[in-house]
Amino acid sequence: MQQPGRAAEIKANGIGKSFGSFRALDNLSLDIGRGEFLTLLGPSGSGKTTFLMILAGFVQPSEGKLFSDGVDITNRPAEQRAAGMVFQGYALFPHMSVEQNIAFPLKVRKKSATEIKQRVGEMVERVGLKGHEKKLPAQLSGGQQQRVALARALVFEPGVLLLDEPFSALDKSLRGQMQAEMKRLHQETGTTFVFVTHDQSEALALSSRVAIFNHGKLLQVGRPDEVYDRPANRFVAEFLGEINMLPVKGVKSADGGATGLCEDRAVNMRCKAEAIKGDAILAIRPEDMSIAAEASVNQNGIAATAVASTYLGAATKLDLTTRQGAKVTVSVPNEVAASALSKGNSVWLTWPAEKGFLLPDGGQ
Amino acid sequence: MRGTLSDRMGAALLMAPLLLFLVLAYAWPFLGVVKWSFTLPTPGLEQYHALLTDDLVQSVFIRTLRIAAIVTIVSVTAAYAITVVWVRGSPVQRVLAEFCILVPFWISVLTRAFGWVALLSNRGLINTWLQSIGFISEPLTLVRNEFGVIVGMSHFLIPFAVFPLASAMRSLDERVLLAARGLGSSRMRTFWTVFVPMTRSGIIGSAMITFVFSLGFFVTPAILGGGRSVMIAELIYLRIFQSPDWGLGAAISVVLVVFVGALMALLFRYVKPKQLV
Ligand SMILES: Nc1ncnc2c1ncn2[C@@H]1O[C@H](COP(=O)(O)OP(=O)(O)O)[C@@H](O)[C@H]1O
Ligand SMILES: [Mg+2]
Repeated sequence: MQQPGRAAEIKANGIGKSFGSFRALDNLSLDIGRGEFLTLLGPSGSGKTTFLMILAGFVQPSEGKLFSDGVDITNRPAEQRAAGMVFQGYALFPHMSVEQNIAFPLKVRKKSATEIKQRVGEMVERVGLKGHEKKLPAQLSGGQQQRVALARALVFEPGVLLLDEPFSALDKSLRGQMQAEMKRLHQETGTTFVFVTHDQSEALALSSRVAIFNHGKLLQVGRPDEVYDRPANRFVAEFLGEINMLPVKGVKSADGGATGLCEDRAVNMRCKAEAIKGDAILAIRPEDMSIAAEASVNQNGIAATAVASTYLGAATKLDLTTRQGAKVTVSVPNEVAASALSKGNSVWLTWPAEKGFLLPDGGQ
Repeated sequence: MRGTLSDRMGAALLMAPLLLFLVLAYAWPFLGVVKWSFTLPTPGLEQYHALLTDDLVQSVFIRTLRIAAIVTIVSVTAAYAITVVWVRGSPVQRVLAEFCILVPFWISVLTRAFGWVALLSNRGLINTWLQSIGFISEPLTLVRNEFGVIVGMSHFLIPFAVFPLASAMRSLDERVLLAARGLGSSRMRTFWTVFVPMTRSGIIGSAMITFVFSLGFFVTPAILGGGRSVMIAELIYLRIFQSPDWGLGAAISVVLVVFVGALMALLFRYVKPKQLV
């Protein structure tokens, strides 16, 4: 996080943080690649802000080490790490104009007046604040304040930009717009972005990788499609979006995947089955299941009865109950849902083997 | 913030005894003083004319303003330092600071003034000590002059200067200070360019309160000034009780009250009353 203009590579090694007897972070190890857009995703209270504060140097970890470009920075004070940071609530200087806010980190670095003027001007332009330079933060809308905070954090070309739920105070349409701008800024600057959110769709849409937190633990890190399609556990599977969970019995590994009995029918699954034997949970996303009149013997399928539907415009969400009483939700074309519901008797739910994945039974 | 009509009536009823007391004890007698200023010894503007021409009265006015200004700077600066410790220090520092702020409220203004005489006089603790370590040979004149008055008044006013500052510092968003540090600013720089400007309303409130209080000081300057640096309140006392010159005393009082009233009006234009406590 030192040389300006160069994206940093960060390594967290066994980071832990206790507040009294409370464990806010537990044995967290994470590599953040140069120039990547990493999102920390987790429910409120899962330790995301604490981890970000440790990266910025505002909070000292109780255990573990932090490296930036291979250099141990665990004990380096925040003002020397100089990570760009956008706080929850922005934390702009209320007594300084937009221009003065953005110039602050440059003044601290004793840049010449002409350089400051030029770089602040560029930044103002880049985040679309032209014409607002002389205003105080209190005279700006939430979205504009957000832009000032971004400009102030990026103007000194930090090796890493840390963002703590920057969009949580914005309304939905503005949020979409800011997300697009964020992506653009990431590409233009090439800086490493570490972005915190509790919104899974935001995380999936923006990031090159997502790190999922719960109760102070890092549960999984991976590309958005990886964590969505192959969640490491039940919490990740459920947190990233709606998902169906079906009990399977007699799980056995079989060339690269696994087989088992689901509702007394043989099913094939793709998974790392070494760890899972016997009883387990089969997880399938609603959009990966389809409705069929019948299922052949070597096709994955279970029989179910449609009980309710919710029209969503582009598709319909259909709720079904299986013969053994499990509840399943599928997302299907509108006319398919209508006919399934009108039949009243049972239909078949089918899914491709590679879309079902096994999770350990019970707990996480 | 505005309550219902009955809420406000209720509040007005609860305030009524206090308002009545203020009217009976201050407003009514003050009207009498105003009347004297225009009627004694003979009706007319004579006393106000004297105010503008009398060298003694003018020098006392100027001294009062000067002392009040210096006391304000000293008190607000000292109070700022104490308040930073009180609001942002470690738990132990906070308790100590709170103790320093509250204890003076339990000791009467007379006791404190005489305490300073004991410390500052020619054979007081400070002079004796400085002489004993050979730092000075002749005692320093620390009391019965403006210096003594300023020390005593500042000591009295610092606790009052603390509260508006504490209120400003408490309402400050901690994350803004973190942001400054994160942007590379040293603690010193953050203090001067972020913390101090963000507590501006507290500084204004604190300075105004101190200044207004200073203008009306009587006991402290009378004791620590030793008759040599008379301030305006003491002058009024002398005019009314020693040289029976009630008209001039009354005219000075009226000018003082009007001046203070104008300052208060100015104060409340910049600071909300709730920021002062
Ligand atoms: N300074 C602190 N003192 C005590 N507990 C804290 C402190 N900071 C955070 N915590 C606790 O640590 C947990 C994680 O907090 P945080 O990192 O803010 O979560 P998130 O940002 O994911 O919502 C919370 O339960 C919070 O109450
Ligand atoms: Mg948080």
